[in-house]
Amino acid sequence: MNNLVILPILIPLITATLLLLIPKKVKLQKVISVISLTATTIAAMVLVHNVYMNGIQTLEIGSWRPPFGIVLVADMFAALLVLTGVIVSFTCVLFSFRNIGKDRENFFFYAFTQFLITGVMGAFLTGDLFNLFVFFEVMLMSSYALIVLGGTKIQLRESIKYLLVNIISSALFVIALAYLYGLVGTLNMADVSDKIAQSGQTDIVTIVAILFLIVFGLKGGIFPLYFWLPGSYQAPPYAITAIFGALLTKVGVYSIYRIFTLIFYHEPQITHQIIAALAIITILIGAIGAIAYWDVKKILIYNIVTAVGVIIYGISIATETGYAGGIYYLVHDMVIKGALFLLAGAMFTITGTDNIKKMGGLIKRHPLLGWMFFTACLALAGIPPLSGFVGKILLAQGGLEQEHYIFVAVMLFSSLLVLYSVMKIFMNCFFREEVLSPKEEKGTTKGLVYPSVILIALSAFLGLGAEFVYPYVFEAAETLMDPSIYIQAVLKE
Amino acid sequence: MKVNDLILQTTTTLLTFIILIFSVYLFFAGHYTPGGGFIGGLMTSAALVLLLLAFDRKTIQKALPFNYLSIAAVGLMISVITGVIALFFDVPFLTHTFGYVELPLLGETALTSTLPFDLGVYLVVVGVAMTIIQTIGESE
Repeated sequence: MNNLVILPILIPLITATLLLLIPKKVKLQKVISVISLTATTIAAMVLVHNVYMNGIQTLEIGSWRPPFGIVLVADMFAALLVLTGVIVSFTCVLFSFRNIGKDRENFFFYAFTQFLITGVMGAFLTGDLFNLFVFFEVMLMSSYALIVLGGTKIQLRESIKYLLVNIISSALFVIALAYLYGLVGTLNMADVSDKIAQSGQTDIVTIVAILFLIVFGLKGGIFPLYFWLPGSYQAPPYAITAIFGALLTKVGVYSIYRIFTLIFYHEPQITHQIIAALAIITILIGAIGAIAYWDVKKILIYNIVTAVGVIIYGISIATETGYAGGIYYLVHDMVIKGALFLLAGAMFTITGTDNIKKMGGLIKRHPLLGWMFFTACLALAGIPPLSGFVGKILLAQGGLEQEHYIFVAVMLFSSLLVLYSVMKIFMNCFFREEVLSPKEEKGTTKGLVYPSVILIALSAFLGLGAEFVYPYVFEAAETLMDPSIYIQAVLKE
Repeated sequence: MKVNDLILQTTTTLLTFIILIFSVYLFFAGHYTPGGGFIGGLMTSAALVLLLLAFDRKTIQKALPFNYLSIAAVGLMISVITGVIALFFDVPFLTHTFGYVELPLLGETALTSTLPFDLGVYLVVVGVAMTIIQTIGESE
């Protein structure tokens, strides 16, 4: 019993309800948001430390013993993602203070953001599959509201697509849960894993596993199921896209990791092979999209797709090194995608356009922004000593050890394409001759750069302080490697 | 032409009370028989919708001057707080208690802390349903 586990879910939830009560007091809303996010960050830090010192922390909600009640489980993997998720959403909220505008602030923007954080944290921490579905819905409902908030034409069009895709995937999720419940008669993750280990993973269980892969693939944007992502993420303003790009797809990725390491790990020659093939195509598709466009937002969105592919492949490697690489890259990618979208948001504020060809020479008047963007690009591509390097080197090492040569080659090649795509933004927007005179600039970057500075500092810490971070990641990978640790912590047999 | 809906309005005033009482009955019945916060809240909003159908919006707003959005938020708050209280007794979140209490009129009554939780659900349902209906009704 440890009520600390629920704090990262509870604090944003209480804040969101408070913010619903004071819709017109925007100043007060900002203050409350900052206080609550600070508290959540501290709670998440304490949680990570606690898990590191004392092993997996569980909370049996309502004092009902699992598998009968809902149990919240904070293993190292979940705790690390909770901490990263809170920090990234904190910076996105700080960014939106200056950027999101009165129209949206007056219509519960901060409340929706807090609900979104509630859903994401809940999805990371839950130990029950149906509860996972509920937290997915909490997250998705808030994202529907955020994507359409403001009501511009493109937002309306894209939110319809986004809604349709997610409703269908949610329905598939329920169907998959129903099949699984029909097969094993329980929905507690540890208990399901235990039951399947006892009865063996029959063909029908493998089919359900693939159905789950389709569901989470739709949420996370892997190869044939990523089609909704580029359009939907382009519609809302940058502050919202940043929070989406950093958190939403990653929840899908987290769920794939969780179920294929904890529950459906008995038939890797089928499920993990499919994941491997899809991951490689996802990497390539993302890289192709990233080099094809001359639109800042589109390029960054396709980079999300590439990163999802790289992270997912960690499951197929299925060694401690592979998992550690996947987790490290996941944490890195949340941080750096947040930073990149926030920096691009600042660029958009200055120029009023996303078209690379209409920008130029920004470095003269905005050197800090420019060099921050440059650092973020290097981190994204995986240049040492920044954070992307450690994850990729671990994945490459794991891949070579297990003789996944195609993956290693594709990943390294994709790094080159990713570097090219973001350097295209940097070279064209920040160098060349100036396009905008000081008078033509649409806004100032006052207060817009420091949130991304926090994220880039964090990224540098993840890279330079890898010695410090690695034990945590390694412990997370160890738990993924051996499901019995998780099962014992939950069921206490 | 002025529409005369005397019959509708008279029956509505009568029926609304019956529906409201039935919704409250459903709400309290939830622990032992079918019913509960969700269906109770939905039934209450059904009574309010009947009022909206029989009278115009302004009259209803004058008679029931609630901000339904705040009602939903308060309901959510009540539900969360019933869970949070458990934290102060050093038991897991949402742990509920149960006991028999001697009440003045009702005698020995079984009371449980899930009742305030359900009250929260009830308020959220009423608040959300009425917000949806009123917002759609108001937009041109």
